[in-house]
Amino acid sequence: MAATLLTGNVAAAWGARLARVDYIPAFPITPQTEIIETLGGWLDGGDMEGRMVTLESEHSMLTAAGAAAATGVRVFSATSSQGLLHAMEMIYTVAGWRAPFVLVNVSRGLSAPITLEADHNDVLAARDSGFLQIHCADCQEVVDGILMAYRLAEDPTVRLPVMVNLDGFYLSFTREPVNLPDPAAASEFLPPFDPGMIRFAASAPASQAVAVLGGSPYSYFRYETHLAAQRAVTVYSGIAAEFRARFGRDRGVVEAYRCDDAEVVFYMIGSFATKAREAVDRLRDAGHRVGLLRPRLLRPYPADIIADALQGVQGVAVIDQNLSMGQGGVLHTELCAALYGRPQAPVVLASFIGGLGGREIAPEEFYQMAAVTREAVATGRTPPPRLLYTEDELREIRKLQSIALVERDETSPIRERQQHTGGRDEA
Amino acid sequence: MSDIIRRMKDLPSTHLLGTGTPMCSGCGALEALHQIYDVLGEKTVFVNAAGCMTLLSAYPFTPFRGSWLYTAMASAPAGAQGVRDALDILLQQGRLPSADDLQVVVLTGDGSAYGMGMSATSGALDRDLDFIYICYDNEGYGNTGQQYSSATPHGAATATSRGSRGYPGYKKDLFSIWAAHRPSYVATVIGSEPLDLAKKIEKARDMKGPRMIIALSPCPTGWDYDPRDSVEIGKLAVKTGVWPLKEYVNGQVVHTRIPRERPPVQDYLRRQGRFSHLFQAGQEPSLVDDIQQRVDDYWKEVV
Repeated sequence: MAATLLTGNVAAAWGARLARVDYIPAFPITPQTEIIETLGGWLDGGDMEGRMVTLESEHSMLTAAGAAAATGVRVFSATSSQGLLHAMEMIYTVAGWRAPFVLVNVSRGLSAPITLEADHNDVLAARDSGFLQIHCADCQEVVDGILMAYRLAEDPTVRLPVMVNLDGFYLSFTREPVNLPDPAAASEFLPPFDPGMIRFAASAPASQAVAVLGGSPYSYFRYETHLAAQRAVTVYSGIAAEFRARFGRDRGVVEAYRCDDAEVVFYMIGSFATKAREAVDRLRDAGHRVGLLRPRLLRPYPADIIADALQGVQGVAVIDQNLSMGQGGVLHTELCAALYGRPQAPVVLASFIGGLGGREIAPEEFYQMAAVTREAVATGRTPPPRLLYTEDELREIRKLQSIALVERDETSPIRERQQHTGGRDEA
Repeated sequence: MSDIIRRMKDLPSTHLLGTGTPMCSGCGALEALHQIYDVLGEKTVFVNAAGCMTLLSAYPFTPFRGSWLYTAMASAPAGAQGVRDALDILLQQGRLPSADDLQVVVLTGDGSAYGMGMSATSGALDRDLDFIYICYDNEGYGNTGQQYSSATPHGAATATSRGSRGYPGYKKDLFSIWAAHRPSYVATVIGSEPLDLAKKIEKARDMKGPRMIIALSPCPTGWDYDPRDSVEIGKLAVKTGVWPLKEYVNGQVVHTRIPRERPPVQDYLRRQGRFSHLFQAGQEPSLVDDIQQRVDDYWKEVV
């Protein structure tokens, strides 16, 4: 099948369509809306079977999604940013129900300040919930990731909801050539959802999501969820192997790009990793042994696979498009935890924060991060975490601040009062 | 179960809800739920929000013969939406025989219904969801120790309104808020009036669309009275006119019991510790008068 130009959002809608989803609880939020508009158009036009219902909030949307999956149908939903946070109680809850369905998150920076463009604080806020997470770097991965996500979610040894993440604007609104799997091939890869005994029917009464009394049964069910999530590494690897055999595209647990002989490796997730890939090529051209390691599967955390991929690497430049306030980058923290105590682990794990709210990471910054990491390897001293920000940016923000100050001084009621009272502030 | 309930002897003689639950003795909500379940039967899935009744199904026990799904405090109606839509999809696709269909029943307390869950309920009503909503209303956040909620009546002492004048607000008119959405059915019931309750639940059972029930639920622990008095207090709530029994159907509100001779509200208030401060020496009588006046004003408009 020839490639079609699709935005990441339309690619996500195609993923749901090819997965033959039964039910789509929805709620609009920028930059996700094109997904539900596209699906709504297909449903209205008879191009697709299924039912879409717009709820009155993301909290309700996730409740309906989990409840429908618990009743035995295949469910798709999508959200972003504030919506994901508004639904967070139910994100944890439906994962605890072991309700298997797929939720697309179109990453967008979190308030405050309120903004529209991408970073990963939203999706990483859900990292401890029990939802599994697949992170996409391009629009093709969005379609492929959704089909694989259903296989993973519905696997009887896993049975957990899966989040497929794509970056707002950079993927959601960017057209890229996408090879859409043939519907018949997609059906063969992804058979109908079999809920087994976990469903609702009058002849088979069931109590789902009941309370437990005390820490012991609570711990048992929480451990069960954790162990199921951990099994998902192996299950995902098997699904990726089958996907590659059927569709010819590598969708392994991690993308290791030119890592084999690398001294320094960029470590990051999402669409900005394609910028890193480009920087790797330029640095290689300049004679530096640099690579890129990008987890596609971030939950479960594939620690062993990541450690293997970094064997022999001297320094890692961890680029976090998120910021845990007062702590730093989430990927950096998790990588440190995964590698600590392993023989032949990289000596230097340098932390860089960048790309918040869609801020560009320029090629020169990748070169600089590689140089800083290389230098740290040479000296054996890990540099302090860096918050990427250029002098030009600082100059621009100073200009905005100047405008803000002028506006405040010109329009402030205090100033007006001062003028009326001859400069004396009566307050 | 298809027989029409007209008199006491028509009430179901088989009781379906299991015993031995962790509810408090004299629980007016459980009293109502027993009667409701006898009429609705076991081909039901109860979608529950956080509240006292959440403890009915605690692993591995449940008093329900049918199904159950606990959701969260704010979104039980959205859970009902997901279950109903999924059942409809399965029926339509022929993956579920029609004999396996279920009546979807939301079960929440007043804390959820009057407050946190109101947005999800309004959404379900907008969407004309085919479901039954049972609100057991014990007039406060009972499961956490009876703090006041927007269902708490004026003057009642609660864990968060212990002053000499009790709760300063007035009980929210949830019946009218629900009815303003023009659903298929809205009714108030109480466990101490089993015939009125059964008639309404039966009527709701056989309708489609949103069917909304508010059950005033006398609460010995929260209202501070002896558990043996629950039925008596429930009857007084109706007789004094404090709890009007009514229904909304086809755009009309009809009172199913109009108390012609209403005893003074203090007959109801005096039986409960939560109102005892209203009758203490030194307390100005205006609070009781105010409560009486509001009840009188309500009935003046009815009759």
